[in-house]
Amino acid sequence: MKVDIILSGVGGQGILSIAAVIGEAALKEGLYMKQAEVHGMSQRGGDVQSHLRLSDQPIASDLIPMGQAGLIISLEPMESLRYLPYLKKEGWLVINSQPFVNIPDYPDMKMIHAELNRLPNRVVLDVELIAKEAGSARAANIVMLGAATPFLGIEYSKIENGIRQIFGRKGEEVVNMNLKALKIGYDVAQCLLQKV
Amino acid sequence: MGKHLFLGDEAIAQAAIDAGLSGVYAYPGTPSTEITEYIQASAMAKERNIHSKWSVNEKTAMESALGMSYAGKRTLCCMKHVGLNVAADCFMNIAMSGIHGGMLIVTADDPSMHSSQNEQDNRVLGNFAMIPILEPSNQQEAYDMVYDGFECSERLGYPILLRITTRMAHSRSGVVRRPVKEQNVMRFPQDGRQRFILLPALARQRFKALLAAQDLFLQESESSAYNTYFDAPDKGLGIITTGIAFNYLSENYPDGFAYPVLKIGQYPLPAKQVERLVNECQEILVLEEGFPVVEEQLRGFPGKGLTIHGRLDGTLPRDGELTPDSVGKALGKSVGGYYTVPDIVRQRPPALCQGCGHRDVYDALNEVLLEYGEARVFSDIGCYTLGALPPFRAIDSCIDMGASITMAKGAADAGLFPSVAVIGDSTFTHSGMTGLLDCVNEEANVTIIISDNETTAMTGGQDSAGTGRIEAICAGIGVAPEHLRVMTPLRKHFEEMKRIIREEIEYKGVSVLIPRRECIQTLTRKKKASRK
Repeated sequence: MKVDIILSGVGGQGILSIAAVIGEAALKEGLYMKQAEVHGMSQRGGDVQSHLRLSDQPIASDLIPMGQAGLIISLEPMESLRYLPYLKKEGWLVINSQPFVNIPDYPDMKMIHAELNRLPNRVVLDVELIAKEAGSARAANIVMLGAATPFLGIEYSKIENGIRQIFGRKGEEVVNMNLKALKIGYDVAQCLLQKV
Repeated sequence: MGKHLFLGDEAIAQAAIDAGLSGVYAYPGTPSTEITEYIQASAMAKERNIHSKWSVNEKTAMESALGMSYAGKRTLCCMKHVGLNVAADCFMNIAMSGIHGGMLIVTADDPSMHSSQNEQDNRVLGNFAMIPILEPSNQQEAYDMVYDGFECSERLGYPILLRITTRMAHSRSGVVRRPVKEQNVMRFPQDGRQRFILLPALARQRFKALLAAQDLFLQESESSAYNTYFDAPDKGLGIITTGIAFNYLSENYPDGFAYPVLKIGQYPLPAKQVERLVNECQEILVLEEGFPVVEEQLRGFPGKGLTIHGRLDGTLPRDGELTPDSVGKALGKSVGGYYTVPDIVRQRPPALCQGCGHRDVYDALNEVLLEYGEARVFSDIGCYTLGALPPFRAIDSCIDMGASITMAKGAADAGLFPSVAVIGDSTFTHSGMTGLLDCVNEEANVTIIISDNETTAMTGGQDSAGTGRIEAICAGIGVAPEHLRVMTPLRKHFEEMKRIIREEIEYKGVSVLIPRRECIQTLTRKKKASRK
C-alpha cells in the first residue's frame, strides 16, 4: 500500500487539520507516514500545500516526486491546478468548487473549469454549501476529507477514529459535528461518482 | 513504546525534555518556533519546572542558555538561521570557553527562503566556530541526536550545533521515545575561571584547547553511528549525502543504491570514510541541503584528477532546497510530471489580514508622504513587511532585525527628509532599542513608527517582550515625551493619525509614534477561547 497525497488551499482554510486526521488514522493502522507542511509567512492568505505520504513500507522523501501523487485534495479550485505536475496520469482530484478570491487577477471560473474538465478523474463539490446545509458550517474541510476518503487506502471507520482522536479534546459536540461532516462529504462524493 | 506523530521541531523538543533538559531559550523564528512552543505547552515540562519563556532576542537567549549550562544544567537554545547571526558574538566565544551542563544550539535553516530574507547555511558558522555539528535526516534521528547530544556535549565539554532545515522542522513522522532522564543537579565547573574569563592570556590557552579538541571531534565523527557507509559494486560514482538529502537519494533508489554512499549526519567531516569513498570511486557526487559546504571541503582534499559533482558544477542548482526530482536529475534519471501548471494559475502572495492595524498605519502614512517629494520608509522583519506588496507598496527596505531605525538614521544623516522607520513591537525590543539610543544621542531627524500589535505576530502570536511598556522604554532611552505619541489605528481615527504623522515628520528631531491595536489573529483566538 502506498498513497501520495497533495493537500492544497489558501492559508487558514484548514488543510493541516485534514492532514492531521489522516495522519492519526494512518499511524493507528501501523502505516508509515511522512507529512511536510508550510508554516510562517505563507499562512497569511497565501497559497499553502502539504505533502502527505502513506505506505506500508518505510518512506524516504518528505516531498512527493513529480508525477507520483495519486490524489490532490484542494480546498480551492485554482490551487488544485498549481500542483498538477505532482499528479499521476490516472490520479484523482477532489476539489472544492468555490473559489477563494483574495487577489485582483483571479482567473475566470469558466477557464478553471475548462482546465479541470481535461483531467480524467475528479470530484468537484461545494464543500462550504454542503457543510452549511448539514449544520456543520465550520467543518467544510472535513466534508472535503469525507469526499476524499475512498481514495486514501484507509477504511472509513479508521478515519472516523482519527477525527475522534484529533478533535476529542474539543468536546463531544465538535467531534459529532465533524463526524457528520465527514459522512455527508463521503455520501455526496459517492453520488457524484455514480453519475460519472 | 508506541510511535508518536511529531514534527521535526516537536521531536527535538520532546527529546530534550526526555534527556533531562532544564531550560530552553529562544526567540521565535520560522522554522524553529515550534520547538519552544512544544515545550511551553508540555505538561511534563511544566511538572519538571523546565524554563521555556521567550527571550528578547537570540543573543540574550544564547547567553542565558550558557549561564544555565555554567550552573551544570542541560540547556537548549533554538533559533532560525539568521538568528544565529544575532547570537554570533556569544556563539563564537562559547566555542572558546566551552560549556559545563550539556548545551545544544538548534539552527533551523530555510533554504528556498519560504519565510526568510536569505538562505544561509549555518554549517558554515558551525565550522567557523570549530564545534561539532549534527544534521538529522529524519524525525527519529532528530530525536536521537538530541537525546544523546547532551551527553556528547558534556563528554566533549563543548556546545553542539544541531542543524535542521525547513523540511525537517515542518515535516511530521512517527517517532519512538526513549526513557526519561533526571535533570542535572546544580554544580559549577571546577576550572570555571580558567575557561569562562576570556581575557587575552586565558583566551590564548582556550584557543589552543579548542584546536586540540578538533582531533577529538574528528574521532567522534568517524565513529558516529550517524555517519554511515553503504557499499555497492559499481565504483564509477561515489555519493555523499548530508542531512535530508539522503532521503531524496533513497527515493530515487527504492531497491538499493547503485553506487557506494556515504551518509553524513555528524561533523567535522569523517575523514576516514571520505578518504575511502574518494579512493574507491572514480567520481564523486555531493548532495547537500544548503550551501556546497562539503563539496568545497572535498575540493581541498588530496587526490588529483578527482571529479566532483554537486552544486558548484551545475549538476544541482546552486540555490534553493533539494527535491527528489532535482536529485533524480543529478543521478541522470528521467524525472518530471505528466501534467503542467496551466497558464491561468496566478500567484497568490501572502497579505496583511483584513482588519489588521498595520493596514491603517500604511494607508495613513502613504497619504501623508504623498505631500512630500523624496520620502523613504525603512522597514523591518515582521507581518508589516507585507506592506511592501500591493495595494500598499509602502516600504523601501527590509534587511535585518532592527535595521529600520538605524537605516533611517543613516539616511537622515545623509540628508534624507522625511526619513521614516516602520518597525513592530517585538522587533523593536529584539534589536531596535539600541538603534533608537543612537538616534536620541545625535538628535537624528527621524520619524519612527512602532506599529504595536502587542504580539510576535508573523510567527503565530508569541508573547512580545515589551508589551505594555513600549512608551516607557522609549522615554527611558530619552525620546522627548511630547514627541512620543500613541494612537489607535482604526478607520475612524484616520484623519487624526494623518495629522499626528504630519506633525512629527515636521518636528526636526526624534519622534516615536506608536499606533497600537491588538493583532486581529490573537484577538480572534482570545475571543474564541473566552466563548468556551
